[in-house]
Amino acid sequence: MKELLAILEQQPFFEDFDPKHLRLLAACAAERSYESGARLMRDHEPTETFWLIREGQVALEGRVREGNVPFMTLGPGDILGWSWLLPPYRASYDARATTDLHTLRFDAGVLRERMEADPALGYTLMKHFAALIVQRLQAARLQALDIYSHGGSEHGH
Amino acid sequence: MATDAAATLPDQVMAPQPWRIYSVHRDVASNEVFSWELRPAPGVEPGTLPAPGQFNMLYLFGVGEVPISVSAITDDGGIVHTIRAVGSVTRAMQDLEAGAVVGLRGPFGTAWPLEQARGRDLVLVAGGIGLAPLRPVIHAALERRADFGRVVVCYGARAPGDMIFRDELDAWAARDDLDLRVTVDRGTAAWRGDVGVVTQLIDRGGFDRRNTLAMVCGPEVMMRFAASSLERRGVKPEDIFVSMERNMRCAVGFCGHCQIGAHFVCRDGPVFPYPVMEPAFRIREL
Amino acid sequence: MHVIAPQAVDTLIRLLAGDGYEVVGPTRRDGAIVYDRVQGLDDLPVGWGDEHAPGHYRLRERDDAALFGYVVGPHSWKKYLFPPQETLFRLTRQPDGSFVTEPGEPAPPRRAFIGMRACELAAIAVQDRVFLGQAVQDRGYAARRQDVFMVAAHCAEPGGTCFCASMDTGPRAREGFDLALTEVVDATQHFLVAEAGSEAGRAVLDRLEPRPATDAEHAAAERVWAEAPEKMGRQMPADAREVLNRAFEHPRWEETAERCLSCSNCTLVCPTCFCSQVEEVPDLEGQRTERVRRWDSCFNQEHSHLVGGAHRDSVAARYRQWITHKLATWHDQFDTSGCVGCGRCITWCPVGIDITEEVTAVRRDAEGQR
Repeated sequence: MKELLAILEQQPFFEDFDPKHLRLLAACAAERSYESGARLMRDHEPTETFWLIREGQVALEGRVREGNVPFMTLGPGDILGWSWLLPPYRASYDARATTDLHTLRFDAGVLRERMEADPALGYTLMKHFAALIVQRLQAARLQALDIYSHGGSEHGH
Repeated sequence: MATDAAATLPDQVMAPQPWRIYSVHRDVASNEVFSWELRPAPGVEPGTLPAPGQFNMLYLFGVGEVPISVSAITDDGGIVHTIRAVGSVTRAMQDLEAGAVVGLRGPFGTAWPLEQARGRDLVLVAGGIGLAPLRPVIHAALERRADFGRVVVCYGARAPGDMIFRDELDAWAARDDLDLRVTVDRGTAAWRGDVGVVTQLIDRGGFDRRNTLAMVCGPEVMMRFAASSLERRGVKPEDIFVSMERNMRCAVGFCGHCQIGAHFVCRDGPVFPYPVMEPAFRIREL
Repeated sequence: MHVIAPQAVDTLIRLLAGDGYEVVGPTRRDGAIVYDRVQGLDDLPVGWGDEHAPGHYRLRERDDAALFGYVVGPHSWKKYLFPPQETLFRLTRQPDGSFVTEPGEPAPPRRAFIGMRACELAAIAVQDRVFLGQAVQDRGYAARRQDVFMVAAHCAEPGGTCFCASMDTGPRAREGFDLALTEVVDATQHFLVAEAGSEAGRAVLDRLEPRPATDAEHAAAERVWAEAPEKMGRQMPADAREVLNRAFEHPRWEETAERCLSCSNCTLVCPTCFCSQVEEVPDLEGQRTERVRRWDSCFNQEHSHLVGGAHRDSVAARYRQWITHKLATWHDQFDTSGCVGCGRCITWCPVGIDITEEVTAVRRDAEGQR
């Protein structure tokens, strides 16, 4: 528990959390490792979990006719999973370990109950997840703009 | 009334000097991107060596002139330029082989503020061929590695096949004194690296927010989002530097083409502190 | 103060020519007053004046024999100091694949400019800052500029599009000339009051054998100086720079763009506009080539060329660039306004867009908005 707390304190995502809330988060977390190829989330399946990636890489994949196409990868320090936040609590893409993976896995079902009971905790977590979602949305938009293909430059700018 | 100012302009400033292509390196499968190592033709004074971030005007006899950033300086004074063949002049340059003579005048413009980064973490963010103007910074930082804290290089390309300096990227990835993070917008079946835009590499942190200097080079929209990500990570806007591209022709503030507001990019840039260029990212067609 | 007769201007032209100057002055051609080589008084537009309004210019016959009785024409002295076309270099291919570079133009002649307006002297001072005042000097400009002998003619009758008084550049020339003339002409008298602005000017004036001005002649000249500012057709708001610096995003630019033809007339007639492009002009064999510099304009789409397309694609952005550069960012770059109030851009705009009216409109709206 103390060890987990120390890990959380070092993560950018949890940087400005109240220590009391961090302790609570640590209580919902457990270290968990996965082998390369393991599937952490499956499109459309219920999810009551999110992960903090400590080592390794996870690919978020969409299913197309040709198979699974990675549209984003996550690495150390990244948070995986926000489907637990809002109904229907189902994943909207696949998440697969592309390397051996070391994570902190959070029990989001428990956490959600705590958030309902403690609005301050709920607000803090919502705020941080909202920022995360905005970040991912902006990234997706940038990707959609295909910024490197529009003429581009002759030498780098 | 007569002016006092006599014509003291050294010819090298405006007249292309003959430089020989010592070697050609074609980087990407498409051959769209190529690098030249240039050395002065016999009898030509090499002049001042460019600093990382500066550019030269490269000239092709009978065709025209283009501004190209320096992408490396060799130990014995060769200047390397990395060029993407997307305009009429650069397309004509694409077919030249070692031994050919081109024109060069320069160096021009402002340099990356490497001295200002001494004793601090250095974060370099490059998009696409924007890695070329930052490469000499990486070389310099590795040469005097002890002068800097963590050195983080975030590089984003469209797809694995568009990445430049592949051999060097592999070498950098193998070093433990350089934190190289590479991502592509579009993965392939064979690609094992990261997928996603380059700003996500910044979001992963790994540098001291209070003591970091960042240099960003790539398409404007990418620089804007990279600056936001850096700011979000706590880097002060004045510690973020960007390299701008406009229609630089004369390189000395005479021809008027490269203005952004009050700035001549050729003379006052191309490297600017981010706050100075912030309006250019915000105001359309400035 | 000295007085010379109108005929002495003929002597002046011949005397300067005798000293080896290529003498350039106003002359009437194709329905306009233009600048060209003059050999004597007969080449000057004696007895001609001009009318100026937005998009309107007409010569008219005066009822006197004034030598400098017009305002300004479409030309400015810029064409001599910063020519519309100039070969910068000639390059020749060598057998080893290298090339040799030679100067593109022969040494320029020593020129004398006759009949310069205060706004035009101010314009040259502005271009001096661009081409001589930066870290690198323009070699060709410096060579053409260094020995010019300048004869000013203080403006007696500013025109309908003039606003030099509000730009603090005229109508009376304060500095920069070798010799300055004030023409006094009415039903009873016709003479010129001459003042030297340099040692060279004083020496030339002495050779014209002037006589000291009487009190009455001096008073007549003073009346010209005092009355001229009142005849100015337009005025630039004093806070133009601040107004434009706040108006990068303003609906006016879209409105003006609906009228603007993006024809670049304003930049061509402007005595301070300095944009240029260099073209490569190779011969057919590919053995010789020239780097030719030509006037360019920020109204041309190619001006802001980037690989993905023009950066300033819209006419609105190009108009904003021109007016904002001229009146606002020029101050940051060269510590002076880029506008001298000559009014040419108003007169020669085919649709009569008025730079002073544009600033006034943006200023009025800005007041309402902020």
